[in-house]
Amino acid sequence: MANKLTSPVYVVADNIDTDQIIPAQYLTLVPTIPDEYEKLGSYAMVGLPDDLYPIKFVKEGATKTEYKIIIAGKNFGCGSSREHAPIALGAAGVDAVIAESYARIFFRNSVATGELYPYEARERLVDEVKTGDVATINFDNDTLEINGAVHQLKPMGDVRPVIDAGGLFNYARQSGMISKR
Amino acid sequence: MTLTEKILARASGRSRVNAGDNVWVNADILLTHDVCGPGSIGVFKREFGQDAKVWDPTKIVIIPDHYIFTADRLSNRNVDVLREFAKEQGLPYFYDVIDDPNGHWTFNAARGQLGRQHGSRYQGVCHAALPQRGHTRPGEVLFGTDSHTCMAGAFGEFATGIGNTDAGFILGTGKLLLKVPETMRFYLEGELPKGVMAKDVILNVIGDIGFDGATYRAMQWEGPGASALSVDDRMTIANMAIEAGGKNGIFPADAKTFAYVDERARLNGTKATYDPVELDKEQNLVFDKVYDLSALEPMVAMHPNPGNRALAKALEHVRLDRAYIGSCTGGKTSDFVAFAEIVNGRRVQIETYGVPATSEVVNELKQARLGGSLVWDVLVDAGVKMTENASCAACLGGPQDTFGRLNAPLTCISATNRNFPGRMGSKESKVYLASPYTVAASALTGRVTDPREYIS
Repeated sequence: MANKLTSPVYVVADNIDTDQIIPAQYLTLVPTIPDEYEKLGSYAMVGLPDDLYPIKFVKEGATKTEYKIIIAGKNFGCGSSREHAPIALGAAGVDAVIAESYARIFFRNSVATGELYPYEARERLVDEVKTGDVATINFDNDTLEINGAVHQLKPMGDVRPVIDAGGLFNYARQSGMISKR
Repeated sequence: MTLTEKILARASGRSRVNAGDNVWVNADILLTHDVCGPGSIGVFKREFGQDAKVWDPTKIVIIPDHYIFTADRLSNRNVDVLREFAKEQGLPYFYDVIDDPNGHWTFNAARGQLGRQHGSRYQGVCHAALPQRGHTRPGEVLFGTDSHTCMAGAFGEFATGIGNTDAGFILGTGKLLLKVPETMRFYLEGELPKGVMAKDVILNVIGDIGFDGATYRAMQWEGPGASALSVDDRMTIANMAIEAGGKNGIFPADAKTFAYVDERARLNGTKATYDPVELDKEQNLVFDKVYDLSALEPMVAMHPNPGNRALAKALEHVRLDRAYIGSCTGGKTSDFVAFAEIVNGRRVQIETYGVPATSEVVNELKQARLGGSLVWDVLVDAGVKMTENASCAACLGGPQDTFGRLNAPLTCISATNRNFPGRMGSKESKVYLASPYTVAASALTGRVTDPREYIS
């Protein structure tokens, strides 16, 4: 991944659960089948209530989102253990989520799949920024620049190299934990 | 050390671990189902090769349960994917929907949802079936591709939910890298008063600490109040650790645990030996609180999350369209018997759906008596739409034709475990979580109702 990423952001509130990220009726799709992986992306965030989120995350008829960065509040990804959640976001084209905090399994699944970087913010951003604002993440110094302000993000520590490698298996092979192919 | 630390120390070959340590843990059981199994198998084959063999066929349990009684083509296919894998790997613990090992599963919608449409090996909801079929043992490590895997903590084991990639890794290696969680202790005293159930205990605690209040942590239940709870009650409570964000929930194993586990191992011919961990006097706890069960009242978690707590008696103005009893946490035999005590000889006033957690629950309800009648008949006579097809059903919405799914913006009171927007179907619907008693009393009135007035 390039060391900087610039994209319009999509902003969501606290406690976005996995049913809002990918509703249960789409869990019939198996993420390791390429066509079905793509379809999961087209349904990303379709469970958000329409009245609170009038701007669609993925436009009608599209398979990818124009928002490569999601800005979220607390407890992002709470609920089920479905790996379909980070996968749907990754398949839709999301590269990073910046949340105040995460639910444990969503965070772990993001790392294991290498689908996206789950950054934690040091402050509450969701009240300051809105969907469509353009942001730049600098992965070298863990900063987010948006609306003229630069925010320091919490470094991801041990899990960063796992995502850099492309997920758990690539990392385990690179570091000799399992045999190379 | 805490119970969780002691189990993880042993499973990682160490004499001691501390919260925050990252350790490689050996799995005793890997559980998967029809929603996450095909993806986990896909990861396993992609990473270890099309001809790779699993690390230990006797330690893998596959229980299709989520989207079974639906005409959805992909859902039916996913059950067939599991069957192929079980056959190819020689897995002894695959609880298939059909009896023909070479067959294909197709749900026959024309026959309706109520009558039995499965074969003799089919079980139903994995978390309820796992202990019934003799796969839960004190002191073990259980990983499952489902967030409610934590339910097995009721048996004094470490049990937690994981994703497909982690499950694929375990299928190949039998190991997983874990961070040892901090432990929160919930020390229970007293006994549950009339009309109050285990569900009220956990809804009260989640309301207290918040539905992210146990994130990354173990929830350990202790005290005379915990000892007095039945095995079923402990399962109800451990099940919802994830609803507070917890990594696992755990009860100390005791004589009740051993009696249950030993009987189930004997009946099913599964592994009968195990090594429980005992409570230490010195434990490193990040939270420690005493709860007096005798002071509890019937609770409800209001839309839109499980931590949105209220007393049932304070919500009697809330009108309901539907009632639902079922799921891992609320579809056990004891849950339906409690429900039947309330509706016995009465009629529900709103559409009410009943989905037993497992096939064994169906059989028990057709044998157990309440007064002079079979419990099953009491429920049907009261107007409850009871299905013989045990499954997760509408607890998590599922395909459109799922039994009991909220396909319109309805308000439902449910004995299940999760009520985020859209959880049971329509994202405009509203779900209130409550005990089987409270759901039953509310079904009789069409409003949220404190059940105590219906208990003699």
